[in-house]
Amino acid sequence: MGAGQPRDRERPMTDRTTTDQMTTDPDTRLSHLELNQPDKTFLDSNELIINMGPQHPATHGVLRVILKLDGEKVLGTECVIGYLHRGVEKIAENRTYTMFNPYVDRMDYVAAVSNGLGYCEAVEKLLNIEAPPRAKYIRVILTELNRLASHQLWLGTHALDIGAMTPLFYTFRDREEILKIFEKYCGARLTTHAFRIGGCQYETYEGFERDVTKFLDFVPPKIDEYEELLTTNRIWLERTKGVGVISRADAIALGVTGPVLRASGVKWDLRKAQPYAAYADFDFEIPIGVNGDTYDRYTVRMEEMRQSLRIIRQAVERIPEGPIMAKVAKVMKPPVGEIYHSIEAPKGELGYFIVSDGSTQPYRVRVRPPSFVNLQALEVMVRGALVADVIAVIGTLDIVLGEVDR
Amino acid sequence: MQPIVQPGMQPVATTFFFYFLSGLTLLSGVFVVTRKNPVHSALALILGLLAQAGLYLMLYAPFVAGVQIILYAGGIMVLFLFVIMLVNIERSQKEEQFNKQWLVGFLAAVALGALFVLVYVKGKTLFPYRIAQPIENSNTQQIGVMLYGQYMFAFEIASLLLLVAIIGAVVMAKKRI
Amino acid sequence: MLNYITSYLSSDTTPGQAGNVFWAFVYIMVVFGGVSVAVMAMNWLERKALAHFQIRLGPMRVGPHGLLQPIADAIKLLTKEDIVPDKADKFVFWIAPLIILCASFTVYIVVPFGPTHAITDLNIGILFMLGVSSLSVLGVVMAGWASNSHYPLIGALRSSAQMVSYEVAMGMAVVSAVLMTSLHGLGPYGVGAGTSGTGTLSMIGIVQAQQEQHVWFLFKFFPLGFIAFGIFAIAMVAETNRAPFDLPEAESELTAGFHTEYSGLRWSLFMLGEYAAMIAVSSIAVTLWLGGWFRPFPNTLTGPTWDLVFSLFPGLSFLALAVIAFVGVARMPKHPYFRVQTIGLAGFGAVLGLIGLILFAPPVRDRIQDIFWFVAKVAGFMYLYIWYRATFPRYRFDQLMKVGWKVLLPIGIGVLILTAILGVLL
Repeated sequence: MGAGQPRDRERPMTDRTTTDQMTTDPDTRLSHLELNQPDKTFLDSNELIINMGPQHPATHGVLRVILKLDGEKVLGTECVIGYLHRGVEKIAENRTYTMFNPYVDRMDYVAAVSNGLGYCEAVEKLLNIEAPPRAKYIRVILTELNRLASHQLWLGTHALDIGAMTPLFYTFRDREEILKIFEKYCGARLTTHAFRIGGCQYETYEGFERDVTKFLDFVPPKIDEYEELLTTNRIWLERTKGVGVISRADAIALGVTGPVLRASGVKWDLRKAQPYAAYADFDFEIPIGVNGDTYDRYTVRMEEMRQSLRIIRQAVERIPEGPIMAKVAKVMKPPVGEIYHSIEAPKGELGYFIVSDGSTQPYRVRVRPPSFVNLQALEVMVRGALVADVIAVIGTLDIVLGEVDR
Repeated sequence: MQPIVQPGMQPVATTFFFYFLSGLTLLSGVFVVTRKNPVHSALALILGLLAQAGLYLMLYAPFVAGVQIILYAGGIMVLFLFVIMLVNIERSQKEEQFNKQWLVGFLAAVALGALFVLVYVKGKTLFPYRIAQPIENSNTQQIGVMLYGQYMFAFEIASLLLLVAIIGAVVMAKKRI
Repeated sequence: MLNYITSYLSSDTTPGQAGNVFWAFVYIMVVFGGVSVAVMAMNWLERKALAHFQIRLGPMRVGPHGLLQPIADAIKLLTKEDIVPDKADKFVFWIAPLIILCASFTVYIVVPFGPTHAITDLNIGILFMLGVSSLSVLGVVMAGWASNSHYPLIGALRSSAQMVSYEVAMGMAVVSAVLMTSLHGLGPYGVGAGTSGTGTLSMIGIVQAQQEQHVWFLFKFFPLGFIAFGIFAIAMVAETNRAPFDLPEAESELTAGFHTEYSGLRWSLFMLGEYAAMIAVSSIAVTLWLGGWFRPFPNTLTGPTWDLVFSLFPGLSFLALAVIAFVGVARMPKHPYFRVQTIGLAGFGAVLGLIGLILFAPPVRDRIQDIFWFVAKVAGFMYLYIWYRATFPRYRFDQLMKVGWKVLLPIGIGVLILTAILGVLL
């Protein structure tokens, strides 16, 4: 069995189950919200604690947010997570590297292909092997398709939270085409397990290029349709401009990555900064925003969708022939050591820190989920905003609870 | 004496409606002061105001009746209800309904009632038996002409008063959203 | 008795004005039944139209193309358990939906479907409509309070604050339309004296003023009438708590709506009241700006031939609906499972076609004109409501109030002043 989760035995574990009771215990991290308020009414004091419970249509999963309000204004928030914790990292210590591959998809279940890409590349780095060029191109095509699908889902749910119920159906309809391609390729729509350590298992099916090219012609008018519904809509602008602003310095300080970082004006994309897979071969741009508000995050993601299409088109045109799997031993025993490898997932920087002790099972797999780190920015973004903006900001952060909790 | 017959619909069962509406007004007035729950008092007041609108209709003043419904029942009472609902009600429900000086209050009310009756009896000769019936169809026009002609000054003063109240409310509430 | 009944048939006023209680009662029953059917049809139309906007189909199973879905919903709501919160005030909890319902339905006694087809014609008609529909705010507040839980209370207070704010803007728009009834001139810019120009608050009087001035008030003093209509159209959507102003009753927001604690029949009373209020304010808009029951172009395209052409519209529209139903029948899958639905849809199409043919017969055709055009215009507004809901995101509450007070009200006052100035000058 593995060595177990390293734990600091000196520090007592805080019992989080008692947070429902009003307590002024300074050890619990909720004391800054001052939950102990006997006998307060609406007019006596302005402060109110509201719980946006785990079950809520707008929290994209089981997220609990405790809000401290002054009337309508938000004074502070506290996110309570862990409702979807499945112990994925602990499970990794008891599985071989190949056996752990399907588990990785289940973390960010919306963009499963990216998760698989990150993990396979991390283990390949550990094993010091490289996937053949054809495999890299296939990986890029599928990952960019998945980026598009993830952004489409984000757009649909974000618009629904703000009240526009129609873009949801349009984006899901168009996402179906991507899921069809996935299904034809590897048999699964959502949790794809598309890649293997060392390359890809499956050769592209007959008509893959034709399907992808047809999709590339089908989608741009649809993206224009989404923009037509939302981008210049006066109500959308009022709901998103100036809402949830995070400054450049704050974003970098909090470790926020992905479209959220780029919308604050930081031109940082791992596909360009530390190219992996075959991204160095392609010509694409990185959209950045100016103000760091919700509207900028929206425009950045819309433009990213278009850039993904550009990458896919270039990849499909130039896909090389060759093997799709490198020479990998059946029983993988990576040398003792550790690596950290991160990729640009649709939601931000997805990192894998793998520690190997020479055996067939990793000693420790630590996942750096982008949603987990981005969620910490929620407090900064909604300070001083109204309650209705909290929902918009949670939507614009594009979090997936499977990733936050693992 | 017969009331003057107006063009349009004939008045029907005047006596019944008068006693019914007045009784409703009195009953709602009693409920307003006797209910423990302030929300019930407000609802009774709404009922009284609607009955009063009916009485205005009987006096051939349909415009006043309509405005009574819009402003009083539909606007002012809504604001009353806002305030009642935002204040902690449990405290007020535990208070005593009638305080210890109820005897003094009762005597004062009886004295006032006796004064009213005296005024009516003595002054019956002063009030004409039948007031010049306003024409029902032109109630709106007549009110408009009077309000913007003869009573223009009072109208402007009243609107200025309301403006001051609005500004005061906005200033007091401004520090919260 | 029979004399009493038949004596009304030869009069040319509404039953209320003629004092005929029997016919007033008949009219009330007809209007009440019509509005109830309209509410059910609106429920079905909303689900189908919203679904088609969202590239899906909507209800298809219960009855052909979901036509029996409202009935199924009604049965479900009737048989649901009636949950009353424990500490709630039982009397207020019971009476709140009734107040909304009564306020929404009482308004229909002055809605003019034709020059004599109204239950009555009060000489303060429009004032009465605005006043009684403002009583539904009380029902909303009481519903929120009676639920004894502070999320519905906040939702109810917000909802009523929104309704009261937009009533002010509505009032401004209505007053400028009423101002136009007192003008003398003909045509959009009122040149030349052609009318008596007695201003009136009665609904039938407003429509007749539009006819005398030979122009819909929508086009009067263009663009002033148009702007006033626009203000009313936006304010009426906010007044009935519909998208994009439906923050108080949206599910994905924190404060749940005022009708959260209501279940079963009580909740359906709220929905009934909401749809009835939508139809009522739409009929105000149609009466005040869109020429009420008049066919399009009553003064520019005159003459018996044009009258004949326009009088064929009711029959043609029902025949078109029947054709759509038969096309649906042709496209039904040829599976025994669908046999009942196919027969049902064919029957429905046959009934629609029969109604269309009846509407071609001259005696029916002449009498149905006014009602048809009025209902057609109101139906257009209902479709607009659904369209708004499908397209627009939701306003945040403070933005909502800002639009009501800082945008609509100043524009409304400006339109009123300009209308008055133009009315005096021209």
